[in-house]
Amino acid sequence: MKKARSTGGRRRFLRHMGGLSLLPLLSGCDGLSRTEWFPRLLARAETLNERLHHLLASRTSMAREFAEADLSPRFPSNGTRFPIDADYQQLVAAGFFPWRLEIGGLVEHPMRLSLDELRAMPARTQITRHDCVEGWSAIAKWRGARLAALLDLARPRPEARYVVFYCFDTMDRSGAKYYESIDFEEARHPQTLLAYDWNDEPLPVPYGAPLRLRAERQLGYKMAKYIDRIQLVERLDDIRGGNGGYWEDRGYEWYTGI
Amino acid sequence: MESAKIDPDPESRGEIYRHTVTVRVTHWLNVLFLTFMLGSGLQILNAHPSLYWGSRSDPQAAWLEFSAYQTPSGELRGHTRLFGGEFDTTGVLGASEGPEGTLEQRAFPGWATLPSTRWLAMGRRWHFFFAWLFVINGLLYIVYIITAGHLRRDLLLRRTELKGFGTSLLQHLSPRRLRAEAASGYNPLQKLSYLGVIFLAGPLIVLTGLTMSPWLNTVFPWLLDLFGGRQSARSLHFLVAFALVLFVLVHVAMVVVVGPLNQLRAMIIGRLRIEGDKG
Repeated sequence: MKKARSTGGRRRFLRHMGGLSLLPLLSGCDGLSRTEWFPRLLARAETLNERLHHLLASRTSMAREFAEADLSPRFPSNGTRFPIDADYQQLVAAGFFPWRLEIGGLVEHPMRLSLDELRAMPARTQITRHDCVEGWSAIAKWRGARLAALLDLARPRPEARYVVFYCFDTMDRSGAKYYESIDFEEARHPQTLLAYDWNDEPLPVPYGAPLRLRAERQLGYKMAKYIDRIQLVERLDDIRGGNGGYWEDRGYEWYTGI
Repeated sequence: MESAKIDPDPESRGEIYRHTVTVRVTHWLNVLFLTFMLGSGLQILNAHPSLYWGSRSDPQAAWLEFSAYQTPSGELRGHTRLFGGEFDTTGVLGASEGPEGTLEQRAFPGWATLPSTRWLAMGRRWHFFFAWLFVINGLLYIVYIITAGHLRRDLLLRRTELKGFGTSLLQHLSPRRLRAEAASGYNPLQKLSYLGVIFLAGPLIVLTGLTMSPWLNTVFPWLLDLFGGRQSARSLHFLVAFALVLFVLVHVAMVVVVGPLNQLRAMIIGRLRIEGDKG
């Protein structure tokens, strides 16, 4: 009881101190954050950042690659750790043997690929840093099929502009499943992989088995886990929330280079 | 120059023209932008309130960590760990009062973050928008003080000031001396702190911020080497922000000591009243 009062006093004191400064201004900003127009104005900076970043970087500017000695002793698993979806759990039980990656949409040559067929595709191994939007970084070794090689096989139609990844994992009570999208520049980048191995073992479930995206110039939420199928599309605004990804539909930036 | 049009001879009324309109405008814009940057920055930090050195964020290697834990009696306690030292910071850091008035796990309290509730996506929007305005305003200011001679005339230390710097340090800290000196210009300590903020802290906080962008890492990999990795850059970004907060506290304290109304007025309308000449 006594303890609670003393913290209350300290809080009151700090609030009074806050009253002397610009801190009330911050709470006034809460109202602006809930308007329609202000966050849209703020998002203009996202477009500017994306354009500037693309001006600065070559199409194939490479993310730093690390040595085995740099691997994180414990690689975190964020977002979904184990999808609760029945179809996914059946695949886990069957060792992902029945799983096929479907590549469709605006392609001349739609495909269905098994894990073995994916493993036979042109591959790349890379030790890279994974940066979460929350702020943490971890280093792991990824091996996967180069998305550029898969696109060459599927032959995108000229109007295709984005690659959309639909995932198995249900994210919330609304039943919304994870999805993400990247543009063709990112899809064709040498380090952009559909990864099936993590640290020399088959991709574990917490990291997105059987297949996840690696796009090493982007933040973690761009790199969809538990991929079910891939679609090539011309526009994103007619897909689900219209912003190109599960988190994007909840206010996060589509451009995740920052 | 600007004052010449309004007031041909301010000194006749016991006033000197202290701050040009460019300095005044960039100063107050900077106050606004830095406040937004600090609030949204703490919102972003709250998403992962631990800081590390190097490239990785290994959970056990944090040099600074804010967390919360529940006591056996079910009470929530806020906890700060700094270089292995453990501190109970309930009410402010680690756990603080939420909108319902009960303690919640949160590194920095709602009154210090923008938005005040946990909202990382919105915090990032504010931060990356006002970062542009902060940088543009800062660059305009730097170009101005160099081209208009303000840097050379008022901010750079004179040779004589450098010579007697050690002995004059203590004298400069007496309030009476400060008040007397305020009329004639900035004292050496003041000059040094302003120069540090403008040419060290400013560029550092921008560059460490850019170093956290995975895309910009592919363009400027040397920034990663300069700061010792992405998590080091993140730590430095926080430390420089903390240093700027300390600077502002001292800066405001000095204004209060020297004459808050006169100094505030000077930064708003440009003219500083000289004490000795007052009626």
